[in-house]
Amino acid sequence: MTRQMTGAKMVVQALKDQGVDVVFGYPGGAVLPIYDEIFQQNDIRHILVRHEQGAVHAAEGYARSTGKPGVVLVTSGPGATNAVTGLTDALLDSIPLVVLTGQVPTFMIGSDAFQEADTVGITRPCTKNNWLVKETDRLSETIHEAFHVATSGRPGPVLIDIPKDVQFASAEYQPKQSANTAHYQPQVKGDQETITQLVEAIENAERPVFYTGGGVINSGPAASQLLRELVEATGIPITSTLMGLGAYPASGKHWLGMLGMHGLYEANLAMHGCDLMINVGARFDDRITGRLDAFSPNSIKAHIDIDPSSINKVIKTDIPIVGDIAHVLEDVLRIWKARGRKVNREALARWSAQTEEWKKEDCLKFSQKGKVIKPQYALQRFEALTKGMDRYVTTEVGQHQMWAAQFLGFEDPNRWMTSGGLGTMGYGFPASIGVQIAHPDALVVNVAGEASWLMNMQEMGTAVQYRLPVKQFILNNERLGMVRQWQELLHGERYSHSWSESLPDFVKLAEAFGAKGIICSDPADLDDAIMEMINYDGPVIFDCLVEKHENCFPMIPSGAPHNKMLLGEASTEGAIGDTGAVLV
Amino acid sequence: MSPLKIKKGSSKHSAYNLRPTFSDVQETHTIAALVENEPGVLARVIGLFSGRGYNIDSLTVAEVDHEGHLSRITIVTTGTPQVIEQIKAQLGRIVAVRDVHDLTVEGPSVERELALLKVNGSGDKRVEALRLADIFRAQVVDSTLESFVFQLTGTPDKIDAFADLMRPLGLDEVARTGVAALARGV
Repeated sequence: MTRQMTGAKMVVQALKDQGVDVVFGYPGGAVLPIYDEIFQQNDIRHILVRHEQGAVHAAEGYARSTGKPGVVLVTSGPGATNAVTGLTDALLDSIPLVVLTGQVPTFMIGSDAFQEADTVGITRPCTKNNWLVKETDRLSETIHEAFHVATSGRPGPVLIDIPKDVQFASAEYQPKQSANTAHYQPQVKGDQETITQLVEAIENAERPVFYTGGGVINSGPAASQLLRELVEATGIPITSTLMGLGAYPASGKHWLGMLGMHGLYEANLAMHGCDLMINVGARFDDRITGRLDAFSPNSIKAHIDIDPSSINKVIKTDIPIVGDIAHVLEDVLRIWKARGRKVNREALARWSAQTEEWKKEDCLKFSQKGKVIKPQYALQRFEALTKGMDRYVTTEVGQHQMWAAQFLGFEDPNRWMTSGGLGTMGYGFPASIGVQIAHPDALVVNVAGEASWLMNMQEMGTAVQYRLPVKQFILNNERLGMVRQWQELLHGERYSHSWSESLPDFVKLAEAFGAKGIICSDPADLDDAIMEMINYDGPVIFDCLVEKHENCFPMIPSGAPHNKMLLGEASTEGAIGDTGAVLV
Repeated sequence: MSPLKIKKGSSKHSAYNLRPTFSDVQETHTIAALVENEPGVLARVIGLFSGRGYNIDSLTVAEVDHEGHLSRITIVTTGTPQVIEQIKAQLGRIVAVRDVHDLTVEGPSVERELALLKVNGSGDKRVEALRLADIFRAQVVDSTLESFVFQLTGTPDKIDAFADLMRPLGLDEVARTGVAALARGV
């Protein structure tokens, strides 16, 4: 059935047909017709943010915590340019987003009109695909195609630029089924012969390790389920990147913890010493590999990824498998079972004893002494007090992010939202808003640093307006902690512009927005204060004053391999060589 | 002084060793991509090369299927085998790219380029230019009493060789199309 309608109405209709229930946006001149249509319906909820960057991060939080694409609606020019950071963030972390931008009318494009920007030009490198729709005829099918592209294969952000005259003009609405999606059908099934090779490698390996990433989460709940089954059945230890936390439960028997630059000792040494590395949906990021020519020198490397360009990009892969994680793991399990569920039990027992030995190093140890709260202690207490709750955690970027990854345990996928690839300060707060919109009754906490948090603090208005009980757990060290740490290690303790001066009084700030503020500086008060935050029905800013000079360990210094990690203050001397110093 | 005794400043060279020792040999490959002829697709392809630091030695593009709106982009590029593989994978990732072929490795192929060369001169040099053009099977497509415009088709090497010969004979301007290439056989 086809119907005649305006472009603006088409947008709303297409979103409904795609099952969209929430749009994050900010109105402006070039999207007024669409906002007029939004006003006249009740199926799609519009969340008014306070800055377009906030809209995109909120949509990312929504997408990451639900597995559905996030939808953003912003105006032309500055509306679109403000969305660029969020788009880049989503591209690097493979988050499915559909961003709709208004554009000046087609007959004014190229005339330097008011609020005109070359949106498709600007966003080309930071979207998976983008479209400028010049005819209303093509608008509905383009939107349907956009949803298909955003969610198929390796997910990512897409953008549709819609000139204002296209929104006003009428044309026939094309239903979802009529959209052309045949040309973009990424391969999901892995090559059976290569999968059999992997199974053989699993059967023979003496020191195997699973190295999993965000791809497992993106593949959906089935992938996490299959991964758990495979790990439990084979007894192979498992580590994960920052993006993959929760795919395998932190309480699981074979869990080694996060790996990488600030990953756990046992995880990194397992990576360094393994003889079979099974990369499941991760991409050998430089935060993970450290020095490439010394990266896991004696292992066979298998890599399962839906994106062929991830394979052999930086690390040579011996067993490359292109496909969707859930599909491939299903085949791995099936073939492994059919061949008699074999593993090298004896060697695995030795390997397990070795990882247990490494765990004894207790690389996250810290001492909470005196009257100042250690940031690790704050997170440890937060973890203890919220464990088992229906909890979602977002973070900003920096030391607090790494500590959160180290000290919080995630039992399920889609519970942990963080900016991994781009490292966007200001991500966590709006993301927490998106998560809370999707899960109104859950406990949603943004673990933040005071500097990151201030980057998108305007979203307090959004949180209060929609009565979203998001908890802003700010570990306030009055420093850009990670910058400070690098300056200490690399730049002769010259702390150039890495402190936060003129900070607001966070309690008063919360009150000014009509929210609740809590300040805590004494370790003895911490538990009560955290409980007060959790139990308050509404948004809270928790100003947790922590130790100002704490460094985040373990740390693999720049330019060093996995087995040369720093475990604490004593081991930092001369740790970063001249060649490592130019790395970020 | 920092307890780490790290000198001020550091190495001028990047320590990012993103090209581990697969192979350091630079290879030149001809890659053909069939793309949807839509606005911005060429920009996306070129943006990929500039954004990721790949080389473009030559690039040609034209619509080859007017009904299906498909264009063929032929790119000649240079890099290590690993970079070439990355280029193909990254091209394949672009939503509007339908198909990618590496003509250099997928069996024999023919490569041709067309060039127009303007040679100015008189007397012996003019005669010599015409004689050499005949050897190279170049056609004269424009002539005045002091100039010729030659049209030459062939491999890029052949065109280079001809241009080198014309230089002392008064080569003034060169326009080249870049390489178009097809696999041989069926």
